[in-house]
Amino acid sequence: MTKAAGRIAGAVLLAFILSGCSGVQSALDPKGPAAGELARLIWFFTVLCTIIWVLVMGVVAGILLRRRQRRLHDPLRVDQDEERTISRVVISAVGATALVLVGLTLLSFFANRTLAGIGEDAVLTIRLTGHQWWWEVRYENAEPNRILTTANEIHIPAGEAVRLLLESDDVIHSFWVPSLHGKLDLVPGMVNTLTLRADRPGIYRGQCAEFCGAQHAHMATLVVAQPRAEFDAWYDEQLKSAVEPSSEEQRTGRDTFLNGPCVMCHRIQGTPAGAITGPDLTHVASRQTIAAGTLRFSRGNLAAWIADPQGIKPGSKMPVMDLDGDQLNAIVAYLESLK
Amino acid sequence: MRERTVLELSSLPTFGSGPRSPTWWGTLAFIALEGTGFVLAAATYLYLAYIAPGWPLSAAPPNHWPGTIVTILLVASLVPNHILSGYAKKCEMRPVRIGMLVMTAFGLAPLIVRGFEFPALNIYWDTNAYGSMLWVLLGLHTLHLLTDVGDTIVLAVLMFTHHGNSGRRFADVEDNIFYWYFVVLTWLPLYFLIYWLPRF
Amino acid sequence: MSSADLAPKPEGILDTELDAESLRRRLAETWKTRSGLVGFLSSVDHKVIARRYLITALIFLCLGGLSAVAMRVQLSGPERGLIGPDLYNQLFTMHGVTMMFLFAVPIMQAVGLYLVPLMVGTRNIAFPRLSAFSYWVYLSGGVFVWVSFFLNMGPDIGWFAYVPLSGPEFAPGKRADVWAQMITYTEVSSLAVAVATIVTVLKQRAPGMSLDRIPLFVWAILVTSFVIVFAMPSVMIASSFLILDRLVGTHIFNPAEGGDALIFQHLFWFFGHPEVYIIFLPATGMVSAIVPTFARRPIFGYLALVLSLIAVGILSFGLWVHHMFATGLPKLGASFFTASSMLIAIPNGIQIFCWLATLWSGGPLRLKTPLLFVFGFFFIFVAGGLTGVMLASVPLDLQVHDTYFVVAHFHYVLIGGAVFPLLGATYYWFPKLTGRMMSERLGRWHFWLAFIGFNAAFFPMHIVGLWGMPRRVYTYPVELGWGGINLFITAGALLFFLSFVLFVINLARSARSGEAAGENPWDAGTLEWAVSSPPPNYNFARIPVVAHSEPLWAERGSMPVAAGLRVDAREVLISTVAEAKPDLREKSARPSIWPFFSALSVGGTFLGSIFTPWAVVWGALPIAVSLIGWFWPKGAPEDEE
Repeated sequence: MTKAAGRIAGAVLLAFILSGCSGVQSALDPKGPAAGELARLIWFFTVLCTIIWVLVMGVVAGILLRRRQRRLHDPLRVDQDEERTISRVVISAVGATALVLVGLTLLSFFANRTLAGIGEDAVLTIRLTGHQWWWEVRYENAEPNRILTTANEIHIPAGEAVRLLLESDDVIHSFWVPSLHGKLDLVPGMVNTLTLRADRPGIYRGQCAEFCGAQHAHMATLVVAQPRAEFDAWYDEQLKSAVEPSSEEQRTGRDTFLNGPCVMCHRIQGTPAGAITGPDLTHVASRQTIAAGTLRFSRGNLAAWIADPQGIKPGSKMPVMDLDGDQLNAIVAYLESLK
Repeated sequence: MRERTVLELSSLPTFGSGPRSPTWWGTLAFIALEGTGFVLAAATYLYLAYIAPGWPLSAAPPNHWPGTIVTILLVASLVPNHILSGYAKKCEMRPVRIGMLVMTAFGLAPLIVRGFEFPALNIYWDTNAYGSMLWVLLGLHTLHLLTDVGDTIVLAVLMFTHHGNSGRRFADVEDNIFYWYFVVLTWLPLYFLIYWLPRF
Repeated sequence: MSSADLAPKPEGILDTELDAESLRRRLAETWKTRSGLVGFLSSVDHKVIARRYLITALIFLCLGGLSAVAMRVQLSGPERGLIGPDLYNQLFTMHGVTMMFLFAVPIMQAVGLYLVPLMVGTRNIAFPRLSAFSYWVYLSGGVFVWVSFFLNMGPDIGWFAYVPLSGPEFAPGKRADVWAQMITYTEVSSLAVAVATIVTVLKQRAPGMSLDRIPLFVWAILVTSFVIVFAMPSVMIASSFLILDRLVGTHIFNPAEGGDALIFQHLFWFFGHPEVYIIFLPATGMVSAIVPTFARRPIFGYLALVLSLIAVGILSFGLWVHHMFATGLPKLGASFFTASSMLIAIPNGIQIFCWLATLWSGGPLRLKTPLLFVFGFFFIFVAGGLTGVMLASVPLDLQVHDTYFVVAHFHYVLIGGAVFPLLGATYYWFPKLTGRMMSERLGRWHFWLAFIGFNAAFFPMHIVGLWGMPRRVYTYPVELGWGGINLFITAGALLFFLSFVLFVINLARSARSGEAAGENPWDAGTLEWAVSSPPPNYNFARIPVVAHSEPLWAERGSMPVAAGLRVDAREVLISTVAEAKPDLREKSARPSIWPFFSALSVGGTFLGSIFTPWAVVWGALPIAVSLIGWFWPKGAPEDEE
C-alpha cells in the first residue's frame, strides 16, 4: 500500500514538473494551432495510458498481496471453476484493450485530419534547405527581386499560415519547432511541405531532429513570429543590400573579407561576395545567433567564432583562417555593422 | 530419475529423403531466407523504376539474347534434374553418377553464357541507379548459380569415390536437386525484370 | 555384460545392449569434445558453443554499457567538453550496434541454443557444425568492429546508418564500411543459428512432444527464428547495397542518379522493427518458463500464448513504416501503419493477461530472484508498451520521434521487456548450466539496484523528450534548462551500471562456490530439468518419451524413455514435424575444425573487401577449400550413413 501511495505521489510530482515547464522548445508549451492539437493529444494519451498502467499494476499488487490456500500438492491440479472465471476476466480484458486501441486509432486519425486542415490559406511560401549544419531560408516571391534569402532565423507573420517547402542539399535533416508543429524530414531528392502558424508574436526555438553528422547538436533555428506590419518592415529591410562601411575599421574589415577566403562560401549582397555554400551574411547582424544557434550574437562571440570555429563547433565546414588580431577585429567590426 | 523403456527405436531407418530428413528442412530454410533476399532486391528495383520518370534511365534496353539462352538452358535443365531425382530416391549408383555429370554440364553451360550477359546489359553499374540494379540482380543470381554449380561438382566427384555408396550421399544429391529448382525458379522473374521491364 | 566386451559391429552398438553405467560411459566417449587447442576450435556441442556465445555476449554487454556510461557523463551537464562530437557519435553508434547486434540478438539465440535441444529432448542441435561456424563468425565480427573503434575507425553514423550520411559522399574514410560489412557478416551467424534452431524444433523433438506439448520457451525461440529468417536478409541487402555504393560506385541510394535515399530506410526498418521482436519474443518465452514454475501451476492459456507469439511474429513485419512517419510519406499509408502498430498491442496484451492470470491462480508464490525480475518486467514493460501505443499514433509521433521520449520508450521495452526477463532467466537456468545456485541475497540487491537505477535513468527521459531534447546530440545549451534532469538521469544510469557490476560478481562467485543445485532445484516441469546439472555432453542417456506439456510434473515416479539408438556413433532421433512420432535415427556431425577455418576465410574476405573489391575474388578460394573440408566425408560412421 505504501508503494501505491508512493506512486501516486510520484504522479502528482510528475504533473507538477510537466505543468511547470515552459521552455522555448517544448512540445508541452504549444504556441500554435498544430502544436496545440498535438499537446491535447499527448495529454489525452498520457492520462489514458497512465490509468491503464495503474490498473495493471493494481492486478500485480493483488497477486503479491493475495492470501492463498497452501497448495503443496500436485501442481498439475487446477480448479476448473476458477479457470473459467479467469478466462472470462482475461477475455474481457482483451476486449477492453481492443476497444481502447480502436478509440486511440480513430482519435489519432481525426487529429491528423485536423492538422492537415490547418493553413490551407497559406500566405507565404518559404523554401527551407538543410545544410550540414545550418538552415538556408528562402522566401519565394513571384517577383524575382522580392525573393529573399537568409539563414537560420525564420521570420513569419504571427497569426498567419506559412507554407514551408523542406529540402536538403546534403544529408537528411529534420525540421522541428516543438511549440509550433511536429517534425518533418528534409530528404535529398524530395520536397516535403509543412504549414506553420504561430498564434502570437514570439520567438520559438527549434532544432534538427534527424542525426546529420558531427554537428547535429548545433543545428538550431529560431522562428520569429511578428505582427504583420513589423514583419513587412523586416522583409523590406532584409531585401536591401548590405550597408556601406561607416568607419575605417569597418572598411578594412570589408576589404579583408573580400580579399580573404570568406568569399569562397559567403554572400553579402551589394559586394562582390556571392558564394552560397555558407549562410548569407548580408544582414547577419540582425540575427540573434551565430552558427545556427550555437552562440548568441555579440561582438565577443562573433570574434570567438571567426577566430576558432573548430573549437566552438568541431567538424563544422567553417575553416580556421590565418588572421592577425587587427584583421579579426576589423572583420568583426564590419560584420557587426551588417544590420 | 528412474527410467522405464516404453519405446524401441532400433528398427528405424538411418536416413530418409525429402521432408523426412532434417537436411531438407535446412535447405528449405536457406531457400526461404535467400528467396527473401531476392524478393527485397527485386522490390528495390521496382521501387526505383516506379519513382523514376522513365525506365531505363537514359540507356538502351539490354540485349536479351544471352539472357534468353541462359533461360532456355536453365529451364531445359529441369528435365534431367527431375530424372536424377527419381534415381537418387531409389539409390541407384550408375544413373546417379551419370546424372550428376549431366547436371554439372547443365550448370556450367549457363554460367559460361552468363559471362556474355553482363556486357549485353548495355550499361555499367556505376552509370546510374538503373545500371546498378541490373548488375546487382544479375550478380546476385550469378552468385547463387556459381555456388550451386560448385556444390554440384564437388558432389559429383564424391559420388565417384568410395564415399559415394551410402544412403546419406543419395540424400545429399536430392538436396542438391532441390536447391537447383530454387536457382532456376528465381531466375525466371529476374529475367523478366532485367530484360523485359525496361522495354515496357 | 560390460561395454568393453563388445566389438564394434557394422550396424554399431545399440544402447539396448548396455547397462546404465556403461551406457553413460560409452555415450560420454562418443559425444566428447577433445581437449587441446584443436579440440577447442572443433567443438560442435551446442552447450559448449552456447556457453561461449553467452560469455562473449556478456563481454559485449559490458562494452556497450561502458559506452553508454561515457555518453551519460558527457550529457550530465550542458555544454560539457569531456567528449567531442567525433567520439560521441562513434560512442552512440557503437552502443547501438553492440547492444542490438552483438548483445541482445546473440544472447537470446544463445540461450535458445543451450536450452532448446535440452527442452525438446535431443542430444545436439541440428547442423552442429553450422552452429560452431556461426559462433566464430559472431566473435570475429564483434572483435572486428571493436578493434576498428579502438583504431579510431569506429562507425559514427548511428546503428541505423541512414544514407546519404553513410554514403560515399558524406562518410569518407572506412568507418561506414566497417558498419556495413560488420552488419552483413554478423547477420550470417544469426541466420545460421536460426536455421539450426528451426530444424531442431521441427525435427528433433522427443517422441510424443506434439505441437501442443512444446514448451512455450521453445515456441518463442521457434517463432523468433522464423522472424530472423525473413527479417535479417533485409538488413543484409541494405548494408550490401550501401557497401556497393561506397566501394564500387553504384548509385542505388543516390537521388542524383535515379537512386533513392528512403528505400534504405524501408529496407532497414523492414528488418529493424522485427528486430525488436527478435529480442522481445525469446524474453516472453523466458517469462512463460519462469512463471509456471514459481506459481506452481501450468501456464494459463497455453494456446492463446502460442497464437499470440505467432501473431506478433507475423504482425512485426507490418509496422516498419512507423519509424518513418516524419519522412513525409503519404497520409493514408501512414494511417494504415498506425492501425497495424496498434493491432500488435493486442497479442502482447494477451500474453500479459495470461501471465497475470497464471500468477493470480497459482499456489503460494515463491518470490525468488527469477520471479522478482518477472515482476520488474511487468512494471517496466507495460509502461514501455503503452508509450509504444503513443508512438504508433502518427501525429503524436511527429512530436516525440527522434527525441529522448523515444529513447525512454525503447529502453523501457528492450531493457524492461527483454533484459529483465533475461536476468531472471539467468538466475533461473544458471544452476542448470553450472550445477550451482546463484546467491539469492546478492540477487535481491541486484534486482532492487537495477530496478531503481533503471527507472531513475530512463523515466525522466520521457519528460526531457517532451521538453524538446532530440536524440543523438553530444551536448545541449544551458538556456534550455535541461541540465538538472540530465544530471539526475546520469546518476540513475550509474546506479543501473552498478547493478550489473553486482550481477557479474554474483555470477563469478556463484560459479565458483554457489550452493550445489541438483537436477531440478526449482521443481520445474520441463525436460531440461530431467538431466544432471550441468548436463552430460550427450544430454540424455535415453531419449525421453513425452505425454504432457510439463513432463516432469506428470511423471513423478519414473521417466518413460525410448531405447535403440547407437552409442558408438553420434546418433539422434528424428521425428515427424507435427506429432513428433519417431521416424529416423540420423547421425549428428562429429567435431571439426573446418567451420572455424570457414569462418576465418569468410571473415578475411569481408575484412579485405573494405580495402579492395578484389578481396571477394581472392577470398573465394579459401572459402571454397574450407567448405569442401567441412563437408567432405572423413570415413567416420557419422559421415557414411
